[in-house]
Amino acid sequence: MAVKDYLRERFFPHLWCPGCGHGEVLGGLIRAIERLGLRKNDIVMVSGIGCSSRIVGYVDFHTMHTIHGRALAFATGVKLARPELTLIVPMGDGDALAIGGNHFIHAARRNIDLTAIVMNNRIYGMTGGQFSPLSGVNVSATTAPFRTIDKSFDIVELSRAAGATFVARSTTYHAQHLSEVIEKAIRHKGFSVVEVLTQCPTYFGRKNRIGDAPEMVKWLKDHTTPVGSKAKQENPALIERGVFVDLEAPEYCEEYGRLVERAMGGRR
Amino acid sequence: MAKPKLKRHLINRDWCKGCGICVELCPKHVLELDEQDKVTVVRPQDCICCRLCELRCPDFAIEVETEE
Repeated sequence: MAVKDYLRERFFPHLWCPGCGHGEVLGGLIRAIERLGLRKNDIVMVSGIGCSSRIVGYVDFHTMHTIHGRALAFATGVKLARPELTLIVPMGDGDALAIGGNHFIHAARRNIDLTAIVMNNRIYGMTGGQFSPLSGVNVSATTAPFRTIDKSFDIVELSRAAGATFVARSTTYHAQHLSEVIEKAIRHKGFSVVEVLTQCPTYFGRKNRIGDAPEMVKWLKDHTTPVGSKAKQENPALIERGVFVDLEAPEYCEEYGRLVERAMGGRR
Repeated sequence: MAKPKLKRHLINRDWCKGCGICVELCPKHVLELDEQDKVTVVRPQDCICCRLCELRCPDFAIEVETEE
């Protein structure tokens, strides 16, 4: 099928700003699903609130647009009720790690078979450019006119520590790689996290004078390096991209199924 | 595998928002923005069908069609 066969074309052109990276993430996700050969009826996408969460409106799967930060909780419910479905949870950086920080770490701890895609543009776009826990220090935002002093989370390290069994990072510059890691993440049995570094030209780029959308995409190329590369040793400020964690561990729904069987004394 | 040969670029002018990502990141400078800030093909003979414009377009506004 072509990419457009997975879209709800009647809602296009989409509402994202010119040059917003979220559309690229959507493209990467759809190409991954196309290669996996998943049926549209077997996919459920659950999102919370924010620019990134609007993504579920544009895909022709089962979709739920839920409450801020709680997408993983809703997705957990769907997965436990219908474990045969493929669950994908797109989130923004604030939605995933500020408002939904607790849901995020506990979904990772349980190792439930969901794919969380964190679109990290380091800002709250929809509400007007406030800084987020992923903005990092020395960033200008509408709520930080004298720049931020808050350190940012490292999504990869946080996910690893919380127990996620697949963790990867990509960017919107590396469109092919982005789609490949999303494919691997969906294929992985267990809680998978894909952090996508993406651009918000409207707020982050403008406030921090990085330039327009193409300049921001090039910034992602210049400031990242493949995981374990020599460039990282020479310049520790570079952000690594690639697959960081890929482990096998008991999956929550399967364990729950066993528990039910045990509790029923072998009867169904 | 034979080199893919360009048939045409399919451009959806209604969906293009003129962000310029495809124009700036095309390795062969095939594309430009027109007076209405919509993407347009100016040097199709230089296109190497790498599809980077298609993959990076946030608006699904450009597709590279190749000869079978």
